[in-house]
Amino acid sequence: MQKIRRDQLIAKASELLENGTVSCVLGWGAGEFGYDVTPTVFKTTEDLKAGFVFNDFCGANFSKYLVAKTQKLEGKILVFLKPCDTYSFNQLLTEHRFDREKVYAVGIPCEGMADIAAVKAISGEGVSSINEDGDKIVVTTIYSDKPVIIDASKVLAERCINCKSKKHVAYDELLGDEGDVIESARFDEVARLEAMSADERFAFWQNELSKCIRCNACRDACPACTCEKCVFDNPKSGVENKAPANSFEEKMFHIIRAFHVAGRCTDCGECSRVCPQNIPLHLLNRKFIKDINEFYGEYQAGAEVGSRAPLVDYNIEDLEPGEVFDRRNENV
Amino acid sequence: MQRVGVFVCWCGSNIAGTVDVQAVSEALKNEPGVVFSTDYQYMCSQAGQDMIKDAVKEHNLTGIVVCSCSPRMHEATFRKTAAAAGLNPYMVEIANIREQCSWVHKDIMTGTEKAIILGKAAVAKVNLNTPLTPGESPVTKRALVIGGGIAGIQTALDIADAGFPVDIVEKQPTIGGKMAQLDKTFPTLDCAACILTPKMVDVAQNDKIRIFSYSEVTDVSGFVGNFDVTIKKRARYVKEDICTGCGACVEKCPMKKIPNEFNLGMDNRHAVYIPFAQAVPKVATIDPNACNMLKNGKCGLCARVCTAGAIDYTQKDEIIEEKYGAIVVATGFNPISMEKFDEFAYNQSKDVITSLEFERLTNAAGPSAGKLVRPSDGKHPHTIVFVQCVGSRCEACAEKGKEYCSKICCMYTAKHAMLIRDKYPDTEVYVFYIDVRTPGKNFDEFYRRAVEEYGVKYVKGMVGKVVPEGDKLKVQASDLLSNKQLHIDADLVVLAAAIEPDKSARPLATMLTASMDTNDFFTEAHPKLRPVESPTAGVFLSGTCQGPKDIPETVSQAGAAASKVIGLLAKDKLTGNPCVAVSDELMCNGCSGCERVCPYGAISYIDKEFRMPDRTTKVRRVASVNPAVCQGCGACTVACPSGAMDLNGFKNNQIMAEVDAICK
Repeated sequence: MQKIRRDQLIAKASELLENGTVSCVLGWGAGEFGYDVTPTVFKTTEDLKAGFVFNDFCGANFSKYLVAKTQKLEGKILVFLKPCDTYSFNQLLTEHRFDREKVYAVGIPCEGMADIAAVKAISGEGVSSINEDGDKIVVTTIYSDKPVIIDASKVLAERCINCKSKKHVAYDELLGDEGDVIESARFDEVARLEAMSADERFAFWQNELSKCIRCNACRDACPACTCEKCVFDNPKSGVENKAPANSFEEKMFHIIRAFHVAGRCTDCGECSRVCPQNIPLHLLNRKFIKDINEFYGEYQAGAEVGSRAPLVDYNIEDLEPGEVFDRRNENV
Repeated sequence: MQRVGVFVCWCGSNIAGTVDVQAVSEALKNEPGVVFSTDYQYMCSQAGQDMIKDAVKEHNLTGIVVCSCSPRMHEATFRKTAAAAGLNPYMVEIANIREQCSWVHKDIMTGTEKAIILGKAAVAKVNLNTPLTPGESPVTKRALVIGGGIAGIQTALDIADAGFPVDIVEKQPTIGGKMAQLDKTFPTLDCAACILTPKMVDVAQNDKIRIFSYSEVTDVSGFVGNFDVTIKKRARYVKEDICTGCGACVEKCPMKKIPNEFNLGMDNRHAVYIPFAQAVPKVATIDPNACNMLKNGKCGLCARVCTAGAIDYTQKDEIIEEKYGAIVVATGFNPISMEKFDEFAYNQSKDVITSLEFERLTNAAGPSAGKLVRPSDGKHPHTIVFVQCVGSRCEACAEKGKEYCSKICCMYTAKHAMLIRDKYPDTEVYVFYIDVRTPGKNFDEFYRRAVEEYGVKYVKGMVGKVVPEGDKLKVQASDLLSNKQLHIDADLVVLAAAIEPDKSARPLATMLTASMDTNDFFTEAHPKLRPVESPTAGVFLSGTCQGPKDIPETVSQAGAAASKVIGLLAKDKLTGNPCVAVSDELMCNGCSGCERVCPYGAISYIDKEFRMPDRTTKVRRVASVNPAVCQGCGACTVACPSGAMDLNGFKNNQIMAEVDAICK
């Protein structure tokens, strides 16, 4: 159950549209199913009233959409950003991926978004309708007339359970109260994987990554993946899409991707949210973040615009590899 | 498809001893593109090179693979050979089957197998090579020397002698550096000032040399032949061109209790001062932290007594921007701080001094006018203990001191000991040492003289502790040769403090993108073959900024650096290295990843208009590489997530082809 309501957001968007601050609004629109919310551009108040949606399934991180949406834009686009989205927003600005002047960012508070997989685990498949009722989510399925009532706090997405920050690091205007950076337990699962033997860990990832159908959703949703041409789409790169020879071959895709976003990943969790196979892809990125924190000191990508990321910034004071290795031992 | 020729070198028995060169040549015959393969005793010899040239003609070769020593040795040789045969020089690849193969393997089977693999990788790469043409850039015919010690002075004089203008930037009010503070110089014992000051005068009088004293380099951009340098000339509140150096202002200045840096704080100077009699430029400088007039506007005596009217309390720091073709770093050294060496009681007793302080103490222009006295009570010391290697040759894990040998201490300590025994034969002199290291012309003879003729007591062993007691210094030491503990009541203890690069060196290295070692000494491009060049093109090294050195060595290195600078400035145009990064603008998304990792500042961004498939245009920010600045390190190609950045001569697909060839 979100503290900020749909009508508040529509009111703010309408106001900004009508006073000419923005020429369009990037918001959530109804998708095919009640839990299936789609990023949509609204141009008028009427459009907003008709199609704007805000509920516990509005997890989509809009930051990345700004790259394409601001390209040929006249005026400014209004974007609603949850705290975690603002990190991606800053990171994209650091990488010069869109023009800040073309965006009017409204920070909105977030109480954590629901994970449809968790909902379905309780309600079963065949969801026909999904509605909010206070702190409860009411689900009906095609198999039963009786609605299933679920506690919203019980079906939070993993990234929301381990929320890293309720603080907006970028906005033009803030709706609701500002939160704080949270001491989260997000690295616990990584630590658990680290504690495994190499064979166990290999088995874990083999099990997970073999599920990959290579739909590219993780890449397409990832705010760190905004290359003009992705290496996986470039026949000259030598790693372009090919039919895999075995079910585990897509591991290479995920490993390469994890390396490409290392140091730039803000841990927004979109990769895992959009994965239709429910592969915990964010764990790969989190392992990198954990290592960076341990080797080079705490670093949160996107916490500020233009920050110098340990992995991708040359500095004459940079540590030698040996020193990094020694520091690792200090932390163990 | 290329027509590749493979040439396997025996390097006498260097390679042929552990690699079956015929087998390598045979195996590589079957690689894709190879039309000719042979082996020969010395490929780099004239006969070997002729063999390559003939093969190019006879077999219409388009690419050459030489399996030989490291490309650092002979890549240039074989590129010239290829060019002489009419090929583009960048169609040559070297498979290093000596340093990376024959020299590291003992078994001929493994050696041969690896040599074949390395050869295959080179063939795979050369198949993807494309002809490359280096660009050209003009040369600004002016040199900058940073640091005005003996190294900087000699370098500047030598460059000016060849007819090129030189600027010296010195952060002190005068040039001269550490050598100006020394008393006598080993091994000839001539006085430092007598041999240095004529050179300083030469610098002052040379119309090709400008001195920016009391100045610092604050910014460097550009590249070899075309450096843009910003120099901050600090306000000295005295008009340099008007001041005659008469010293009247100094005499009248009422602020006279300012520790004198030139005498290492052992006496005082005035707020307006000239560091020493032979200073160049011989002009006064007002210390703004000490001058009453500058601090609170009360005084103005110096302005009143200055007949030339040179005092200017309103002077401001001046920013000078100048272009240079070459930069010489001559930032020198300092003795390390004795702060962490409490065992020698440096902080407790005035009579424990460093060797540089000792130099001032025995110098006729020093605080005691050259009389050897104890700083504490002005009495003549009768027992003097010298401690060598204070902070030098420490263990790597030691929290204080340096791992390296400071190199000059053995000789100057022998000099000090000898001078004392010569002037004051009633003085007992002990020198405690780990080893006595005196290689160098007439150096060992010098040390032997100190021991044999002057009776200096050399004791192998270290001083463990110095305890001030009454007016004595109780020295506890061990004599390792006779395995005894020694207790000496000394009047004066002199510490041969290790030397370290000047603190200004590291920020300067950052500005110059020149590399440094862990001790902050500048790294040379090659420790043996390019000792006065830094790995950054156009930046040269002179003197102790590169490593500990004595004066003769410093002067010869200074001359060597000058000759390299002259060689550079004598050229009208510089040929660049074509193996530089290039950005595929169609793929570049302008994320700045490459710019952030570039150690040379070679990458900038431009907004460029692109025609899209739908006939519209789009302006995008894309990376642009300055080929004259790029050193071809390849960091950007790795940082680029989309692979838009690539390195000519080392394209991603070439590297991958090599890896594939190795893994096949």
